[in-house]
Amino acid sequence: MQKVTRDILIDRAAELLASGMVNRVLGWRSGEFFYDVVPAVFRSEADMRDGFVFDDFCGCNFSKYLVKESARSDGRILVFLKPCDTYSYNQLLTEHRFDAEKTYVIGVPCDGMLDIGRIKERVGEGVIGIEAEGDELIVKTLYDGDKRMKREDALPDRCRHCKGKKHVAFDELIGEECEENDENASGRFEGVAELEAMTSEQRYFFWQNELSRCIRCNACRDVCPACTCEKCVFDNPKSGVENKAASDSFEEKLFHIIRAFHVAGRCTDCGECSRVCPQHIPLHLLNRKFISDINGLYGEYQAGETVGSRSPMVDYSRADLDPSEAIGKREE
Amino acid sequence: MLKYRINKLNELFSSIAENRLLYIPSDGTDGRAHYTRWQDGIVLSDKLNTVRSAKDFFFPQSENLIEFERNGKEIKVNDIRKEPEDFVIFGVRACDAASFDILDRVFLSEPVDSYYASRREHGIVMTLACDRPAETCFCTTFGIDPACPGGDISCWQSGDWIYIEANTEKGKVFLNGLDLAMEQCDENEIAEDKKVICERIGKLPINNLPMDCFGAGKTETYFNDPAWAKLSESCLGCGTCTFVCPTCQCYDIKDFDTGSSIRRFRCWDSCMYSDFTMMSAGQPRPTQLERFRQRFMHKLVYFPENNDGIFGCVGCGRCLSRCPISMNIVKVIKNLGGNSNV
Amino acid sequence: MYDRREPLIPTIGTVTDIRIDTPDVKTFRVVTLDGKKAFEHIPGQCAMLSIPGVGEAMFSITSSPTNEEFMEFSIKKCGCLTDWLHAMDVKQQLTIRGPYGNGFPVDTEFVGKDLLFIAGGIGLAPLRSVINYVRHYRGRYGKVDIVYGSRSMQDLVDYNEIIDEWAKDAGISVHLTIDREQPEWDGHVGFVPNYVKELGFAPNRVAVLCGPPIMIKFTLSGLFELGFDKTQVYTTMELRMKCGIGKCGRCNIGSKYVCKDGPVFRFDQLDELPSEY
Repeated sequence: MQKVTRDILIDRAAELLASGMVNRVLGWRSGEFFYDVVPAVFRSEADMRDGFVFDDFCGCNFSKYLVKESARSDGRILVFLKPCDTYSYNQLLTEHRFDAEKTYVIGVPCDGMLDIGRIKERVGEGVIGIEAEGDELIVKTLYDGDKRMKREDALPDRCRHCKGKKHVAFDELIGEECEENDENASGRFEGVAELEAMTSEQRYFFWQNELSRCIRCNACRDVCPACTCEKCVFDNPKSGVENKAASDSFEEKLFHIIRAFHVAGRCTDCGECSRVCPQHIPLHLLNRKFISDINGLYGEYQAGETVGSRSPMVDYSRADLDPSEAIGKREE
Repeated sequence: MLKYRINKLNELFSSIAENRLLYIPSDGTDGRAHYTRWQDGIVLSDKLNTVRSAKDFFFPQSENLIEFERNGKEIKVNDIRKEPEDFVIFGVRACDAASFDILDRVFLSEPVDSYYASRREHGIVMTLACDRPAETCFCTTFGIDPACPGGDISCWQSGDWIYIEANTEKGKVFLNGLDLAMEQCDENEIAEDKKVICERIGKLPINNLPMDCFGAGKTETYFNDPAWAKLSESCLGCGTCTFVCPTCQCYDIKDFDTGSSIRRFRCWDSCMYSDFTMMSAGQPRPTQLERFRQRFMHKLVYFPENNDGIFGCVGCGRCLSRCPISMNIVKVIKNLGGNSNV
Repeated sequence: MYDRREPLIPTIGTVTDIRIDTPDVKTFRVVTLDGKKAFEHIPGQCAMLSIPGVGEAMFSITSSPTNEEFMEFSIKKCGCLTDWLHAMDVKQQLTIRGPYGNGFPVDTEFVGKDLLFIAGGIGLAPLRSVINYVRHYRGRYGKVDIVYGSRSMQDLVDYNEIIDEWAKDAGISVHLTIDREQPEWDGHVGFVPNYVKELGFAPNRVAVLCGPPIMIKFTLSGLFELGFDKTQVYTTMELRMKCGIGKCGRCNIGSKYVCKDGPVFRFDQLDELPSEY
């Protein structure tokens, strides 16, 4: 359960709309079912009262929408950001992708967002409602009545190993600000460690198996707050790598590996890539591998923690490892 | 109608696989159902449907069309088409089976697409009735009956038995050719199961969408509907909905330089992509609104206009569960014409 | 061997002549390897030309079907494939498939009518096929007027053919115009839409319009002022195409596929399509 309710957010948004501080609100609109909320721009309090939601299924990261939205109107847009979304917000500001003056950020606390896919993995299809009871979820199903599951099991990987519940950017906060929770965050690189423990053949097989499912829908790229190029190299006919689907099986690996390289040092580990993948490829593992390598080789660095910070990938200090040393260190 | 012991399903599969490639939905390492080439040890998934639709079998994500050799000013064309191997897809749901009729209308209309046509001829579709449709299912909206799933052969799982009935001549010949002792039975044996499926479908939240207001001749009604702006405003412009859709069939043709030859292949393409209609002279669909509108107008108005009123959707629900922002055809249907709120 | 017919598999053609028309337009003459025409066509129909590895694109066939020896394509340099075509030499082989599209109703609706052809720039390419067809079967049609304009004298496509052949034909009046004055030019100066109005054609004929969108827009309203009706005016559309056979979905507008149901449309038919283009 989220600690802040929809009504609290609407009340505050209504005040800001009425005062003229903002002229529209980027929020979540309720859907057909209890879990299929849609990112939406609200222009009035009435519209918000009608369709705005804030609940366990508001996982979508709004930061990237600000690039498009802030260019659309002169007025300020109110945006609700969860702690992990604020890292993307800062990173986009660092990259000069939008004007902060055209945004008004309300930081909302987050207790971890649920993944309907994980819920259905446990209880099957035909899910029509959900209730929280302590650490458990009661899932209402079409055929098997109420089914109980641990809330933890319904969390996506990014929330299970939440990198922190503290907002790094906001104009105001609603709800209680939590201090960073290291205990949780330490598990972030477990998946990477598992991959590192594999032999290179095993690892190759792992990625071969995962990436062979890719359908090149580009959802990972299109949702990624680090992917804001006006024209992606993979969409440019003149680049020589523009291909929509595989002309051979290597293509998909090429796409994902190049993308991971491109966002290295800029990826805040928001986990949107894995959330949106229709083929359930654990894409965040590629990015986390880069993060863990950067941390190990150049010292701890969290993209988006502060505006204007320089990623070790684009910064040089005399203390930096020589590339050959870095490779040597990796091979150890 | 025939029946066969469900605990001997493996024998059924092995008999089918004797002379043909057999694909069945089976759970992958990701815990979800994917069509998998059957061999001993591959188990039928109990999931409602596969992540990807079954269109891949006839219209694969990527396929090689022709090869060229270029030598100075000379060009040689190599026809690399081969007769496909005979294959059977087992466990296709009614929605996906209905999607083949829609694809047929595109690929088998003159001039016939030989790549698609030969796969269709060599493939046998064995469907499986849905005993537990999901909340995202709405096939009945389009007149599809999940209790009578269609294809060349329909199957039902009930109690200790799998019931099998051929719908086409091709299906009949195929069943007769199987070296299996199947029992003859009366179709009344599954009447109760069919009734249960219908009752369950009747209780689904979106099983009966109002489609009367869509179809041929409705371009003017909906093309400039103000709802498009709202519906498309947060669309990412990715191709997920088109690629998981069993009826989306737009494609691109591209050349790939193998080093020794030029391989011309086709691959799925999406009208949601910004470069779909891009020309050197300009972009006729400059924003996501126009691209988004094209996809749904095509399914709800343009396709029926050219195809006896048949909609370009089979209600499988894949776009409902896969769209990164949860925007989908159901919300479009409900919102056009000022019907309701998103 | 696989003997099924496949529309996407092309035949090989050879380029036997390349004519430089303007600084950015060349006309290519194409025959099959045995020296024949690749296929028969109707004026206004198109063909897919390709250099494998470079690209494949749709071009209107500029030669008339009455030419029994070869096909011609007037191509403007404007992208990857056309750049390549402009750089190549004669005897280069390419792939060709077609014919695609509906073509102009030269044997039905045009018969017995006075015709007015209006083109701008490279827009003459698809009309050249019709004009030469009409010249060949001159007796079937009434009076013919051709209004053609370009940026400059150097940008007029097929200038020699226009002057040496078309202008000399009985019953054909050619009206050329260029956008800006040039010392060596003693003809009309001004934009096509205005020139059409100046010439003041009587609205009892069939008009065929082809050129850049802005020219189409203003010429069309000019024709309306002269009393023309939408049902009398034809145009040919250009959209991105890949398959040419109405399947790949790219050129879909409303229930029509430009590659199959077009590229020739009457303006009243275009009105029935969603206003996307």
